[in-house]
Amino acid sequence: MNEFFTPAILTATIASGIQLAVPFLLAALGETLGQRSGVLNLGVDGIMLLGAFTSYYVALETGDLPLAVLAGLAVGAACGLATAFISVTLRAEQGISGIGVYLFALGLTSLLFLKLVGTPLPIEQPGKVEVPYLHELPLVGETLFRQDALVYLAFALVPIVTFVLNRTTFGLNVRAVGENPAAADSLGVSVARTRYVTVTIGSSLAGLAGATLMIDVGIFQQNITNAVGFIAIALVYFGAWRPIGVMLGALLYGMTQALVLSWKGLGIIPVSLSDLAAATPAVITVLALLTVARRFRQPAALAMPYTRGG
Amino acid sequence: MLLALGTNPVTGYRALLDGAFGDGYALSATAVKAVPLLLVGVGICIAFRANVFNIGGEGQIAMGALFATAIALALPDLPAALLIPLTILAGAVGGGVWGAIPGAFKGYLGVNEILSTIMLNLVAVQIVNYMLAGPLRDHTADSVGGLIPQTRLLPENSWLPILRGGTQLHLGVLVAVLAAVAAYVLLWRTSFGFRLRAVGLSRDAATYAGMPVARTTTLALTLSGALCGMAGSMLVFGSISHRMVTDGSLTGFTGSAGFNGIVVALFGGLNPLWTILSSFIFAGLLVGGDAMQVVTNVPSDLIVALNGLVVVFVVSVEFLRRRPRAAQMAPPSEPPALSPEHIEQPVATGGSA
Amino acid sequence: MRKLLLMLATVAALMLAIPVVSASSKTDATTLKVALIAPSSHNDLAFTQSMHHALLNLQKKYGFELSVSENQFVVANAANIIRQYADQGYDLVIAHGSQYGGTIQQLAPLFPKTSFAWGTAGTTYGLPNVYAYEANSQEGGYVNGYIASLMSKTKIIGVIGPIAVGDAKLYVDGFVAGAKAQSQKTVVNVAYTGSFSDPSLMSKQASVFVAQKADVLTGSSQSVVGAINVARENNLKWFGTQWTQASLAPKNVVATQMYDWMPVLSQIVTRVQSGKLGGVSYRISLKNGGEKIQFNRAANTPKTIQAKAKKVVDGIVSGKIVVPSGL
Repeated sequence: MNEFFTPAILTATIASGIQLAVPFLLAALGETLGQRSGVLNLGVDGIMLLGAFTSYYVALETGDLPLAVLAGLAVGAACGLATAFISVTLRAEQGISGIGVYLFALGLTSLLFLKLVGTPLPIEQPGKVEVPYLHELPLVGETLFRQDALVYLAFALVPIVTFVLNRTTFGLNVRAVGENPAAADSLGVSVARTRYVTVTIGSSLAGLAGATLMIDVGIFQQNITNAVGFIAIALVYFGAWRPIGVMLGALLYGMTQALVLSWKGLGIIPVSLSDLAAATPAVITVLALLTVARRFRQPAALAMPYTRGG
Repeated sequence: MLLALGTNPVTGYRALLDGAFGDGYALSATAVKAVPLLLVGVGICIAFRANVFNIGGEGQIAMGALFATAIALALPDLPAALLIPLTILAGAVGGGVWGAIPGAFKGYLGVNEILSTIMLNLVAVQIVNYMLAGPLRDHTADSVGGLIPQTRLLPENSWLPILRGGTQLHLGVLVAVLAAVAAYVLLWRTSFGFRLRAVGLSRDAATYAGMPVARTTTLALTLSGALCGMAGSMLVFGSISHRMVTDGSLTGFTGSAGFNGIVVALFGGLNPLWTILSSFIFAGLLVGGDAMQVVTNVPSDLIVALNGLVVVFVVSVEFLRRRPRAAQMAPPSEPPALSPEHIEQPVATGGSA
Repeated sequence: MRKLLLMLATVAALMLAIPVVSASSKTDATTLKVALIAPSSHNDLAFTQSMHHALLNLQKKYGFELSVSENQFVVANAANIIRQYADQGYDLVIAHGSQYGGTIQQLAPLFPKTSFAWGTAGTTYGLPNVYAYEANSQEGGYVNGYIASLMSKTKIIGVIGPIAVGDAKLYVDGFVAGAKAQSQKTVVNVAYTGSFSDPSLMSKQASVFVAQKADVLTGSSQSVVGAINVARENNLKWFGTQWTQASLAPKNVVATQMYDWMPVLSQIVTRVQSGKLGGVSYRISLKNGGEKIQFNRAANTPKTIQAKAKKVVDGIVSGKIVVPSGL
């Protein structure tokens, strides 16, 4: 246990925790936006997979990493438009359509990976971006200020999304549409357009999350997300539909994962318990919510398709 | 998509329909596949009707299966007439407990059930991995090839009896259909069912009417979990291998029955009786997909993608229906109320989007 | 109700809407029909790839018809597919995954004319139409461990496994034994992530080992791609098993325990062709050449080390070195 408290190990653990948290954070932020406007998107994991595969394929073929990230984002946006079309215009049941999208994306990405990529090659990973001066601080500097550009972006989005939701007209519309679409509609807010925008942006973030995951691992693989998208959805509830709460949830989950891995590596967690230990992040998340159980209301119109006069 | 892979689509889809409904054997395979889907689906009907979103089917199936397996391994000499019902009951208990936990969390502590059920899925997977690789493992199968996370061959007394020779059609089909009917009766012909649906439609109204909302919510998830647990026991005791085995992954044992059950229930309009039909059709899609894969040699991933497409298609085409399904799906937990900020600010800014 | 009708209609519409394209191939009645069911994909750089590769080579030699069902990690699904292959009259069904064993045990008696090959495992359940095959992965693990310990400067090595079962556990146990045999002072840290399919966890586990000053890493399963990347970034050495992952990190992959299933498969196919459908357990090992330690040329490992490896291999083959099988 003493070995754990050495700077090298602590730094590696915390840095890993942050990196693990980022895909959760991005996907969950996106879902939060969508859900605040009343749309439930259960296909997040699938969109992440599509984003991961697309960015991998682009990176593999062109070697242009920023382009690859954009591609992942674009694919996410395209999925978002499709999802919005299905959920908003066609007013389909959102629970089912999301799972359908997930299944479709899972199969498609695995298939494309099989057929388009012969022998998987790793991509060139981006270098870490160091914040000048700050990154030289002991412990904190190494973990917080020496990360991938995408990590900074993800955390920067938290205050941005919070600001948009709480202080802009658009954000107001989003919340109104999510709470009482009829009233919003009567006041001239286009329910459909608002939802289209939130879902598209939200899905772009999911696509970005997938790309981030892929870049962090360095390569693509079937089912690389391994249900991360569903955990991200759960984190939206953990965060009570507020970006800062979602961020805390993502960090809690990622840090716990990193801690478990660290302790496994140090032998603090014996091999015989490695299966049970892998469940720790889930347990911790539930326990955390239990201890701070507040009754936060979900957006009242969540998962209910809106029809004027209906 | 099939064209792109160079196979004959007509052969493919014919194989799908053949494999699902083509002959007696295919029908029985489809029926057997439908059993866990139906049980989970019925459980979902109960839960969703109470406005409880049970996404924890995967975990409840696994825990039910685990408990049922443990019972069978512990009491191998019990006569079949006792052992089989016991295992089904054990499955219900195992799954019920796993549903009661998030149910109580929601009912009494206000913890969102989508969060707790998803998390408990992850926990259940690891518990199963641990048990199957450790305490419940079949040590006799250990060899230099390495230990396999599977149990001993389950006692024959526990195997679900086959209803029709030469097929896989087992008792589970009857149990599942009975469960669906029972659930229908429960929901619409008992006072408990009435309370459950009332809580689902409006929590506040139910509270004002003096209904035990917390208890009802908990029971709803418990029942849902119990049905999933029964599905788990069906999966084990009706399986071809007659063992509980997993590969360690999140859906390796269940085959995503927990999620597919949600789709099936929603397709059935959250009505247990219609869910019988939707589970059968969905099962046909799955079984047929396997057959298509064997005959045309397309990758199984294509089948998965195809399933997803069909689901999305069908759900999309639904826009033909005339009125919104608001009453059946996700009713608000409180009556939609306008909070002051919604009224004041739009007026001030002129309400333009 | 509407939904269900729509579902049926959709399936029918999908079927009818696509124009007919003839693409079927004719099968000779006397051609052997072989099927492979595997839990991961053929390009997983690990378990399935080794078998798939061998089968393809064998197919060139014998000319049999091959059908592959990959990514079948749900055992119940795989069971149905195995059954369907048998039903369709396939002569040889290869269930490449120890989790399929229980299914084989129950299905084989129902299809006495079909030959089932099952691996990696050691028992044929006493059935006349079941072949079993396994790999002494602990042997190659031992050699890898020995060389890893030899080459490690910090004498700290990290081992990342998926779940402590099957082939993975065998390899890891052998590796640890080999490293310790080279030097008792070498520290080998072993961790299992808890999943076969989470490369992200593997990569973070590897990072932990890097922080612990490990300069050599090894691991098993298709999710090691995450760990290999970390090795590449931090200039660590990597030892692999089942299939070469050198394409992922040409300078870092030192050696791989390669599985060559061809001799075993060859024997099985010839026996099946002559009507002997089972009853034999096969094993690949360093001794019979089914397992080979393949040094990655791009890594330029000194000849002295490669020679030392050969000495260890000879030791195992001759029986002088006994590798514990961890049971």
